[in-house]
Amino acid sequence: MTQTIVQPEATAPLDRVLSGPRGPRKQQITMARIGIYGFLIIAALFFLTPLWVMLVTSLKTLPEIREGGNLFYWPREITFEPWVQAWSSACTGRDCRGLQPGFINSVKITAVATVVSILIAAINGYALSFWRYRYANLVFGILVFGAFVPYQVVIYPLVVAMREMGIFGTFPSIVIVHTIFGMPILTLLYRNFFSSLPPELFKAGRVDGAGFWQIFFRIMVPMAVPITVVAVILQLTGIWNDFLFGTIFAGRAHMPMTVQLNNIVQTTTGIREYNVHMAATMLTAAVPLAVYFISGKWFVRGIAAGAVKG
Amino acid sequence: MAQSASAVAARRETNATRRPEYGRRPRFRLSTLMSIIGTTPMIVTAIGVFVICIIYSGVLSFTDSRMLPSYNFVGLAQYERLWNTSRWLISVNNIWLFGLLSVGLSMVFGFLLAVFMDQKIRHESLLRSIFLYPFAMSLVVTGLAWRWMLDPGLGIQSAVQGWGFENFRFAPLVNANTAIYGLIVGSIWNSVGVTMAIMLAGLRGIDGEIWKAARVDGIPAWRTYIFIVLPMMKGAVFTAFVLQCVGMVRVYDIVIAMTQGGPGIATQMPAVFVIEHITDRLNVGLGMAAAMMMLVPVVFLLSLLAFVQWRGRVAKEKAL
Repeated sequence: MTQTIVQPEATAPLDRVLSGPRGPRKQQITMARIGIYGFLIIAALFFLTPLWVMLVTSLKTLPEIREGGNLFYWPREITFEPWVQAWSSACTGRDCRGLQPGFINSVKITAVATVVSILIAAINGYALSFWRYRYANLVFGILVFGAFVPYQVVIYPLVVAMREMGIFGTFPSIVIVHTIFGMPILTLLYRNFFSSLPPELFKAGRVDGAGFWQIFFRIMVPMAVPITVVAVILQLTGIWNDFLFGTIFAGRAHMPMTVQLNNIVQTTTGIREYNVHMAATMLTAAVPLAVYFISGKWFVRGIAAGAVKG
Repeated sequence: MAQSASAVAARRETNATRRPEYGRRPRFRLSTLMSIIGTTPMIVTAIGVFVICIIYSGVLSFTDSRMLPSYNFVGLAQYERLWNTSRWLISVNNIWLFGLLSVGLSMVFGFLLAVFMDQKIRHESLLRSIFLYPFAMSLVVTGLAWRWMLDPGLGIQSAVQGWGFENFRFAPLVNANTAIYGLIVGSIWNSVGVTMAIMLAGLRGIDGEIWKAARVDGIPAWRTYIFIVLPMMKGAVFTAFVLQCVGMVRVYDIVIAMTQGGPGIATQMPAVFVIEHITDRLNVGLGMAAAMMMLVPVVFLLSLLAFVQWRGRVAKEKAL
């Protein structure tokens, strides 16, 4: 089943996105050309508008917003106060520390969970490619099936299990949950990568008397840098953007930024400070956006890797 | 014994035709032990989470568990109750409507954008960044941004009215009949870029000779795209489709951020239903029955996929 679900060729053409158009030959400036650019520009506006609105709203004063100024207009007077408030003094109920604690929690969770999940998945992929024991493929098949299981089906049993172990709502529990749900796709990613390596690499290591771990750390890990970049991008954005697991498993002490953002915005007491809310929203989006713009075409590959899920 | 060992070896050989040497030895080896130790997290996850947890959820769905698990079995009572709960019926209707429209529209617009991007246009990489960046944002961020824009008093509606179009109405979220379409707008904004990127990759993967052939035959470009190119890139279409469908699982985030299931229960979804019942509403039995229902379409689709592949394999073997 996994053989055809995984389509290695589906990832390869994505690199060709960057190799230039192949469509019909270029025409002269015609109505069709104008139509094409018109469509693309309207689409671009649709995608850019929310970002623009978030930005200008976050720079406006609350009176300017509330007296019904136009949503799209540049602020009459720019204020950075909402950003400061969103960062350090916005309230969730009676807790007025802003997004700062959530940011720190998200950094911790993302850093630890990314490293742990990728290390485990790399070992899995390596073992599945070179050290296949009996039933290994069956276990892997179940894991791939897990990629399609809605989280809601297994969340409650996980909560019960973690409560029994006494780790529910702690830092390890949220890291474990991210590791579990990242494992199917990351293992798939690494297995496909290691299986595509020339087997002579592995044989050479065996001939030199290297064992399971030596071959992994001395030969395979250095080879796996490109796929690891993809995995890191995938996990960084995925874990940072997680909301569901954060609400259930992280507990109050380790509440990630997305959950805290939602709490701040949905707090209904007092006047709704739209400018602070939008500043908070942008602050939460900043990290994955930075990953996106820095990683460039690697991000597209990360998505392709996500598509391998299918 | 010897027979079974050779049978295992034979099966291994077909499993790993490229590397039949490894793992063929039936006797115990230290490196096999290391391999098992190294993959312990995988074994625990696969068996513990994706087998035992699912079975446990299934078991709980036949009990009257409220806040904590109970083992007082009540047969199918929870399922009966579930299908008589209007909150659940609305959830099911919503996920179908939401799923069909957001996946469908995302595929259509993704393909259109990819085709338009493929016309040797200028600033292609800039446009690609613009179309794709929303995907980097979490659905909570997406939902909150769109909720603000769809605010009836201060959002797009009031801005356009301020330009003189007094009768302009665009505030779907406050009306129970239209709130779901507001969610669809947010969801599409987040996901079209990915579909576009995958489709564009598919388009670029197609042999350029096709275009010459089509032009020689005098077929208009749009027909070439729909009747020749689209069938040729069905791999990319399938990938994008599955990615979108799997993404439906995350619908919880955007519902919570945009409508919290409201107005009333108008935008309830199964994903929200389950979480609410295992947390605030303290009705684990009913929640697990709902979770099991969420599993049904997944299992159905996967079996269908497996069946199609199996048929394909059989057909191939016959052809040989």
